[in-house]
Formats: sequence, C-alpha cells, structure tokens
Amino acid sequence: MTTSLTRALVQGRNSLESIAIPVLAFAVSMVLFGGFCTLWGAPFWAVFGSIYRAGFGSWYAWQNSLVHAAPLMLCGLCTALPIRAGLITVGNEGAFVIGGLGAAAAGLATQAASPWVSLCCMAAAGIAAGGAWIAMAAGLQYFRGVNAVISSLLLNYIALAVMLQLVEGPMRDPQSLNFPASYAITQSHQLGRLYHSRIHLGLAFGVMAAVLSWVLIERTVWGMKVKIVGGNSRAADLVGLNSGWLILAAAFLGGGCAGLAGMVEVAAVQGRASHAIAAGYGYVGILVAFLARQSPLRIVVVAVILGAMLASGGALERDLDLPDASIAAFEGITFLVILASESLYGRIPWLHGMFRGMPQGNK
Amino acid sequence: MKDAGGGLSRRGFAAAIAATALAGPRCLLGQHQPPLVVGFLYGGPKNDLGYNQAHFEGKRALLSLPYVKAIDQANVVETVAAEESMRDMIHEDGAQVIFATSYGYLDPYVLRVARESPRVQFFHCGGSYREGIDPANLGVYFGYIDEVEYLAGMTAGLATRSGLLGFVAAKPIPQVLRNINSYMLGARSVRPSAGMKVIFTGDWVLPLREAEAASSLADQGADVLTGHTGSPRVIVQVAERRGIWATGYQFDQSIVAPHGFLTGAEWSWGVVYKRYVELIHAGESVSAGTIPRRMSGTLKDEFCRLSPFGPAVTPEMRDRVLAAKRELLAGQRAIYRGPLRDNRGREAIPAGKTIAVQDPVLDGMDWLLEGIQGDVAKV
Repeated sequence: MTTSLTRALVQGRNSLESIAIPVLAFAVSMVLFGGFCTLWGAPFWAVFGSIYRAGFGSWYAWQNSLVHAAPLMLCGLCTALPIRAGLITVGNEGAFVIGGLGAAAAGLATQAASPWVSLCCMAAAGIAAGGAWIAMAAGLQYFRGVNAVISSLLLNYIALAVMLQLVEGPMRDPQSLNFPASYAITQSHQLGRLYHSRIHLGLAFGVMAAVLSWVLIERTVWGMKVKIVGGNSRAADLVGLNSGWLILAAAFLGGGCAGLAGMVEVAAVQGRASHAIAAGYGYVGILVAFLARQSPLRIVVVAVILGAMLASGGALERDLDLPDASIAAFEGITFLVILASESLYGRIPWLHGMFRGMPQGNK
Repeated sequence: MKDAGGGLSRRGFAAAIAATALAGPRCLLGQHQPPLVVGFLYGGPKNDLGYNQAHFEGKRALLSLPYVKAIDQANVVETVAAEESMRDMIHEDGAQVIFATSYGYLDPYVLRVARESPRVQFFHCGGSYREGIDPANLGVYFGYIDEVEYLAGMTAGLATRSGLLGFVAAKPIPQVLRNINSYMLGARSVRPSAGMKVIFTGDWVLPLREAEAASSLADQGADVLTGHTGSPRVIVQVAERRGIWATGYQFDQSIVAPHGFLTGAEWSWGVVYKRYVELIHAGESVSAGTIPRRMSGTLKDEFCRLSPFGPAVTPEMRDRVLAAKRELLAGQRAIYRGPLRDNRGREAIPAGKTIAVQDPVLDGMDWLLEGIQGDVAKV
C-alpha cells in the first residue's frame, strides 16, 4: 500500500466525498454484479429483486440480514481500529477463527459453571485470543519491520490450521464423523436471542462495540493520541507519545472485536468450533471497513447492507439458478471497485470544491 | 388429521391458503393455483457427475409436473448452514416439502427444523426413522442398488481380459460392502475365476486419493475399474487414460470415458421425487400416515437403473446382461445365494439360503467376498 493511501485511510476524511465515493463504488459494484449474473442467464433486475426480497423483504429476511450483520460489524472494527494508528491489517478472519476457538475452549472448560460465568469466560477468551492475534501482527511490524498486511493475511491461514488441528485432534467430538467438530456447548450455556426473534445477542455486541469505538477514537484523549500516531508515528514519538504501545493497543482492540465475533459464532450460531466457523465473515469485514471509510458508526450501516447481501446468496441460487458462489463473486467485485475508487479522492472537482472551507486532508 | 376422507381436501385447501400467504408476490405472476414449492439441499456441487448430480437430475424431473416449483441449494455443508437453508426455503419461498439429500443433515438439523415447522413435510435420503422420538412430519427414502451393481459387475466380468477388477471405495460401511460384493457376484456369474482388489480411500470426496488408488489398481493388472465414492468420475477418467475399462456409479459418467465406459449403476431419484410430489399434490402426507414413513425400492421399482452401454460392449455381452436383468426382474435370479464365503474363510451365507436385497440383515454386512483382496478393518 502506498503511504498516501495509508494517510488517506488514517485521517478518515470527514467530507462529502468520503460518503459519496463509497456509495458510488458500491453502486458500480452492484451494476457489475448484475451484469455478471446476466451472463449466467439471470435477468438483470431480477437479481436485485431477489437480493431485496431475501435481505429486507420481510421480518424473517430482516432477521437473517441482522444475524449476518452482527459478525460483520465486529469484523469491520478489526480493520477500522488499527488503521487509526496507521496499521493496515487484513487478519480479521484469523482473529475471528482464533477467537471462536478460544471461546469454544473456554466454554467447554466451564460447562460446570453457571451459564453467565461460562459466557463471560467465553467472551473474555474470544476477545483475548483475537486481540492477541492482531497485536502479534502489529508487534511484528512495529518491532521487526514485517509488513502487517502480509503477516496478518498469512496469520489467517495459521489460525485456520491451528483450529483444524485442535478440532480434528484433542478437541474433537468422536460423534462428529463426517464433519470434524469440537464437543458442543450445552444449550443452556449458549448465547441468547433477542425478544423471541432469531437475532442473537451478537447484534447488540456489534452495535455497542461500534459506538464504544467511536467514543474512544473521536471523544477521548487516548483516541487523539492514536490518531496522532496514525498520522505520523515519528512525530508522535517526538512529542513523547509511546507509539509502540498505542499501535499494539489499537490492534488488540480491533482483534478483540473480531475475536468476540468468533465467540458469538460459536456461542450463538454453531454451538461448537469446527471448520464451519471460518465462513468468511472476517474477509467481508475488511470490505465493510473500507466501504465505511473506517468510521465505526458507518460500519453499523454498511454491515447491515452487506449482511443482507450475504443473506441473499441462497435466494439467488433458489430464485435464479445462479451458482452458490455468486455472492463470493460480488464480494470480489466490490473489493476491486473499492480499491480502484481510492484513486478518486480529491479528483472530482465538484465533490471536492463544495467543501472548500473544510479541511481536505493532505492534498 | 386422521380422517382420510374429507380431511384430505380440507388439508389441501389449508395448505393452498398457507402457500398463497407465504409465496406473496409470486402470485402476481398470474398463476391461479399457487405452485407446490419443493426445496432440495445437496451436500456438494450439482455437477459432480455423482451423488449430488443424481439428486439434482431427480429434482429436474419435477419440471414435467406443472404444479411444482422446485428450488435447490448446492454445497450446503452438514452444519447449521443446512438448518438455515431449510428455514429460508420454508419462510422465504414457502416450501411445503423439503428433500434433504445428504446423510449428515438428519441429526440434528432436519430433526430440529421439522419440529419447528410441523406443517412442512421433510424427507431425508438414507437416514432411519426412530418411532416415537422423531417428528411425525419426517420420512426417509433410499434405494437398493445391489442388482444394478450386479449387472454392472457382470458387464465388467464379460469385458475383462486379465480377470482382475479394481474397486475404489470410500469407507468399509455396509452399503459400500454390499455394492462391492454384488459387483463381484455379477462378475463371477459369467467369469467364475474373476478376482478383485479393493482400496478404501477413507472418505467420500477425495479425488486425489481416488486417482492414486485407481492408478495403483491399474498398475496391479486390473483392467476394469469402478468405485463407490461421492463421484467415481476420477476413477473412470483414470481408466480411460490408461486405456482400460470402467463402470460408473451414482450417475452416468460415460462423458468422461467415451471409449472405455462399459455401463454403470446409477440412481433415478426423479422417479422417487415424482412419486412423493404426486402423493403430496393429491393431499397425502407423511404426518397423517398416508405417505409411507420409509420409501425404498429396487431395480424393479425403478429407483435405480443401468447406465447406457458404452461402445466397448458388444451386442452379445449386451444380450447376456439384459437377459440377466430380465431374470432379476422376474425373480428367477438372486444375487445373495448361499453358499458364499468371505475372504477370511468364514461362511457368509450358508448353502441353500437366499437373501433378498430388501432384507434388513444385509444392512449389517461386514464382510468381503472370497476372492476379493481388501480388508474391511483397514482403511
């Protein structure tokens, strides 16, 4: 990544273009995806009809979207928080998996305790494991000069391998024949649902984490320090800030969010750790963070929209006979368009000029 | 619900109302009668030339019924993902019937969703129903393909020059062992000296290991290869590449071996799905007991069939196999007829005893026939 991209990301420009360009990029991706589906024989508009129906068309669809949105919010924060300290990480999936694994281990170890104690242990273990995972990538970059984009990406595969090793080995439930999985968390020790709906408490965790992150970054001295480090870590060192610890802490918080999402997946959805928890929420979380321009509050909205997209994957297959991997194609298209759109910042005069009076970053 | 007379139409009416309410905008398409929505879940891809494609073709057979709207989802893993797919089909698409085709879907996923949605009928392929424990709206179905394997084995026995057949199998479970043994019995019915080597790969979808096993069998002199895995596609491919023959399983694999494909044992789930859907359309249900709890069938019931013969099968070979098929259908020929010994020298079926393919005793099969090189205990 170029330094100008890093800087632009770090500063989280608060202008019209930081909303307009992602919206435009998302719209372009939708049109491209519609065209892609048309190539597969689906009518262009029917694609969007299906997505709307399965994402927002009914209360059932809304619940589906929100269930998918919960882990996306937390995984989005995993990229958005460290970026404020100048660290670009894509280790969301690894932190998610390790968090889920840690939570499952903690949950299985505390089956004898009361549900509340057990769930708190699971959440703490998930946050600690996920946080440590991303902090590891941060430490490698800060202390050893290893690029965190690359190390965190590779850590995703290591996390998956560690999880599979344990789930197919010491943690394996001998009854899980065709699909190796850990022993299951007792029903009473699983995470509850909101008001008789299918939406689990993970959604509340996601919204709370996003709001807390916003307060922390935008409204506290600590957040100010993190942003200074993100702007220029050498300058931050010169004014007496301990940039190493600030970067590690921001990375830990981000990773903790993804780890918590992993805990929710184990404690509310799967009920056990297995290959199934690596469903790609972490990778989509990166997309969420970029579409939201790293703003914790916008992450909530973007996560709901992308949650609806994920929820509609099956509907595209059922309604229009599209391949089951279509939604993965959509994610890929959006990734490319979002990255391409980064070059537009400051280049669209009428968007740029409208806010001439406002600080426009470092152009 | 127990009253079978007037209750049927009332139930049909109620289901139609429910479908109208659930299907929503679909009714704007101008259809007066809301379609019967049927949902299918497959554990793998629809184009695997194997187990999943056989079910997918079965689903496509429903296209001929105008009152059915069949929907499906492929690559649904045996986790809560299966539950979510079924719920989506029920709540978003208004599915009234669910066919869960992968073995691992049943417990706990199908059981859980079936309890949640008692008005929807669930049918699971290959599972067993526990009376008094499992929900009433659940049925199971499967077929006995032994006779078709026997005919495919017979074709292999007629084709082989070396007299050695190669079989690549996933796991030494009864259903697989039945296929291996009936294949061998078919081959031996025309070539008593025929031998067979079996390699177990350990799992249903391991294309690399299957290819290695197939190659190794060819190296050892086998000149007809077959298999029982999720899809024996690679096994048939290896045979073609090695210039030897192959017979298929699950689905017609002739497309990957235009020269060496002899025939194969394949499922015709379309027959089964049509039968179910016609019954349901007529207002019958498994909950009410008007659809059998367990639906199973043999070659005679057209649950399974022989793949079209390939070019290597001469008219004389074809006639012999088809004559044997007629005898099987007429009950003049039996597959499991004693005396049969297993490959460890023990008596498997005593002299004078004949076991029908539907006999549940065969579901406990744990032996390989005399003359087969392979170990049931070793995977």
